[in-house]
Formats: sequence, C-alpha cells, structure tokens
Amino acid sequence: MKKNGGNIIRDFLVETGELAYFTARFFKELIRRPFEFKEFLRQCFNIGNKSLLLVGITGFIIGLVFTLQSRPKMVELGAVSWLPSMVSISILREIGPIITALICAGKVGSGMGAEIGSMRVTEQIDAMEVSGTNPFKYLVVTRILATTLMIPLLVFMADAVALFGSFLVENIKGDVSFTLYFNEVLISLDFIDYLPATIKSFFFGFAIGLVGCFKGYNTKHGTAGVGVSSNAAVVEASILVFILDFVAVLITDIIYKI
Amino acid sequence: MNTQSYKSKNKVIQISGLKKSFGDHKVLDGFDMDLYEGETLVIMGKSGSGKSIMIKCLIGLESHDGGSINVMGKDMDEINEEELNEIRTEVGFLFQGSALYDSMTVRENLEFPLRRHTLKFGKIGDATPLVLEVLQSVGLEHAIDLMPEELSGGMKRRIALARTLILKPKIILYDEPTTGLDPITAKEIILLMKTIQEKYKTSSIIITHDVDCARFIANRMILLVDGKNYAEGTFKELDGSGDPTVQAFFKS
Repeated sequence: MKKNGGNIIRDFLVETGELAYFTARFFKELIRRPFEFKEFLRQCFNIGNKSLLLVGITGFIIGLVFTLQSRPKMVELGAVSWLPSMVSISILREIGPIITALICAGKVGSGMGAEIGSMRVTEQIDAMEVSGTNPFKYLVVTRILATTLMIPLLVFMADAVALFGSFLVENIKGDVSFTLYFNEVLISLDFIDYLPATIKSFFFGFAIGLVGCFKGYNTKHGTAGVGVSSNAAVVEASILVFILDFVAVLITDIIYKI
Repeated sequence: MNTQSYKSKNKVIQISGLKKSFGDHKVLDGFDMDLYEGETLVIMGKSGSGKSIMIKCLIGLESHDGGSINVMGKDMDEINEEELNEIRTEVGFLFQGSALYDSMTVRENLEFPLRRHTLKFGKIGDATPLVLEVLQSVGLEHAIDLMPEELSGGMKRRIALARTLILKPKIILYDEPTTGLDPITAKEIILLMKTIQEKYKTSSIIITHDVDCARFIANRMILLVDGKNYAEGTFKELDGSGDPTVQAFFKS
C-alpha cells in the first residue's frame, strides 16, 4: 500500500512514542533485580571484540589520509608545525567519536537488530519468558549498557590509532620524531577537548544499543522482518548519532563561550 | 480411560469466554475449555483460527481482551509476576519451531530454565545429571554438546521437549508438535509425547492439524471454528459426526 504524507507523519509519531516507552522501560528494568552481570560482560566482550579491528583499521587510515590531505596546504601556508595540534583536535573532538559511532551503528546496531529480531520471530524470546527470565532485562538492558560502556572505549582506541597514523605521515614526510609529534599534540589539547567528546561517546553508545534492541525486539512479519529491522537499526542509529552530535556541539559551543 | 472418567478428576485449567482481537479481527470470540488432571486434550482448527493465540494467552505470553483463565486454581488476571513464574514452572510449552536458543549448546539450552526458576529448584550446582536424565527420556543424550544448528528438525523438537521436561511440569502445552516434520519423524514425536505423558503423568493440550496425531493421542478433542468451540468429543465421536464442518477436518 502506498503511504501518503499523513500516514508517514503518523507512523513517525507512533514510532517515536514507542521508542520513548522502550527507553523508559529500559531505565525501569535497569534498577530492578536480578542484574544479568554475566550476560552484560559477554556482550561487552562481543561488542569490543567484534569492532576492535574494524575501528582500529579505520582510525589508522583516517589519521593517515587526514594528515596527507592537510599537509600540502599547511606547508604552503607555512603552518606545518600546527599540523599535530590541528589533527589531534579534529580527531579527538569530532572525527574519532563520529567515525567510531557510525562503524558501530553499522556493525553492532545491525547485529543486535538481526539477532534479537531473529529470536523474536523464532519464538526464542517467548521461550525465554516461559523459562522464568525477563527477556527485556536479559537481552535489551545488557546490550544497551554494553554499547554505552564499550563505544567510548572504542573511540579512545580509534583516537590513539588515528594519531599514530598521522604521526607516521609526519615522520616519513617531515622527519618529525615520535616525542616531538606527541609533545605537540599534548600541549595543544585541553581538558575541554576530551570531556565533551567522551560524554557524547557514551550517548552515541546508548543510542546505538537502544535503536538496535528496539528494532530487534519489535520485529514483525517473520524472517523478512529481520532484514527490515537490521537495516532500520543502522539507518536510524546513524541519524540519531548525527542529531546527538549536533546537540553536543551546540552545548559545547555554549560552554566554550562561558 | 474415557472422557467421562477424566471429567471426574480435578480441573487443572479452566478457560471461560476467552476473547482476543487484533484490531478489528476477532481471533477468539468466547472460547471455553476445561483440562482435567492426566488428560490429553487435542484442539484442532483451521490456520488462523486462534489455537496458538489461545495457548499463549493461557501461559501469559499474550494478553486477552475478555473472559477468564484459571490455571491450577489461580486466576491469571489476579496473579503477580512471581506467581506467574511459579505457574510457568508447572506448565511446560513446546513451541512450534522448537525455539532453541541459537547461541547456546544443547546442554546450555536445557540448563537455562533450570537455573532461572530458582523458586522451584533453588541454586543448582552441577546440572549434568538432570540434563542427561531428560535427554535420555527423548533418546538424545549423545547430543548434549551440539549446537542447535547441528540438529535435524526432529532432533530440535526432541531437545525442545527435553527442555520443557527438565522443569518437571504438571501440564504440557504443545503448539503444533509435528508441523514441518516428515511423516516418520512426526510419528516418532507422537510416540514420544505418549511415552512422556505416561511416564511423567502430565496433563496435555495439543494444538495440531495432524489427524493421525489426534487419533493416536487424544482423550478428548475440541474443534475451534471462528474463535469459538464448534464441536467437542472423543476422536471416535467426532470422526463419526455427520456435520460437514467437522468432517472437513477429518476427511481432508
């Protein structure tokens, strides 16, 4: 059936309402016993382990490419000594968190949408409920908490690897030593560069876990629905990450002015 | 034992006037049912007639819009979460697609409900003897460390039955236990259900389309048409009925 404008707005509002209810239920279940600590640790390991290599490689290449692209202009302007500062601020404040979040939205968010969605359509979630387990707590709360915790750690790693990639270019092209490069990096960074980026990474992690679980948990229409949930989890988590990033930048800007 | 002799026993499940709709579509429209201790009740009906929804309402997996459900003396509308979990240890559920947890081995699948229902079993250390006992009941003790993906459809159904049995339920609900299986495996599952019913003295509700299954196992049958009880009786009584709607199930 073709959807008209009214239906699209209505569907959007219904989904937003359902997502708000899902979020409220997460916070309610979060403080109720039992705490599924073992499953939470398993999810942390899965998320970290699955994304580590991809995030590392991407971070490294971003650091390399960013420095390679910027260097000629900086040389032309006679500002090549500012390169470590410029690269580190860009990576720490923006590129590291956003690239990591987008990779995780694709890898972790879609994985959650597909895994929980397939459990829903094959009645594994119902079986869990009959087994005396609260599936929301076991599947959803643990996964959202795990992404909230692990994505900032992955961001931290991506930042470090990207800076190393940038250093390699500087070392090859400009004969800059490791000590000199990272000395420049550390001098140019303030506490205010780390804090907002770290805080927003927690929100990115929360959003990715929340959307992935929401889509998976509400999967309908059999196996075809699993694909739809997985795809929607990536798209909606990515959009949410950009919206959160925009809000975070606005708030940070206000804080800088104060 | 005939239908009348079961009716002299205690009722373990009573459903009265059960209603359930999805939007404008009425799935159940005043369904009534009693299950007696030790009885095997088969419920037949066309696809989409509300059979599976009915047993999901019974165990609290679906909410109902009207009517009442009483399981082992407890009104399902009046109980809290703890009481619901207590009932779920006494009422086993065999899902249509087996619903084994993909990420767990057979052993972990079987241990999962055992370690979760701490109210009934307390904290369990080594669950291997219990796991092996139920696996022996379904003839699959050699599959203990396999993953669900390594099992055939019939084996999955048996393991799912073992997972139900491990909680030592008093009632077992079977949702289309032979659907999707070849005739030989289906017959094996039916035999297994009969053996289990005799060994563990369980009461059972079986949702099925399989006339052979009903013939072999049913003490009593209910035909569900348009969300209501259409006919009730033993297999023989319904098979011999002159009603064309009833006959449509048996002669198809």
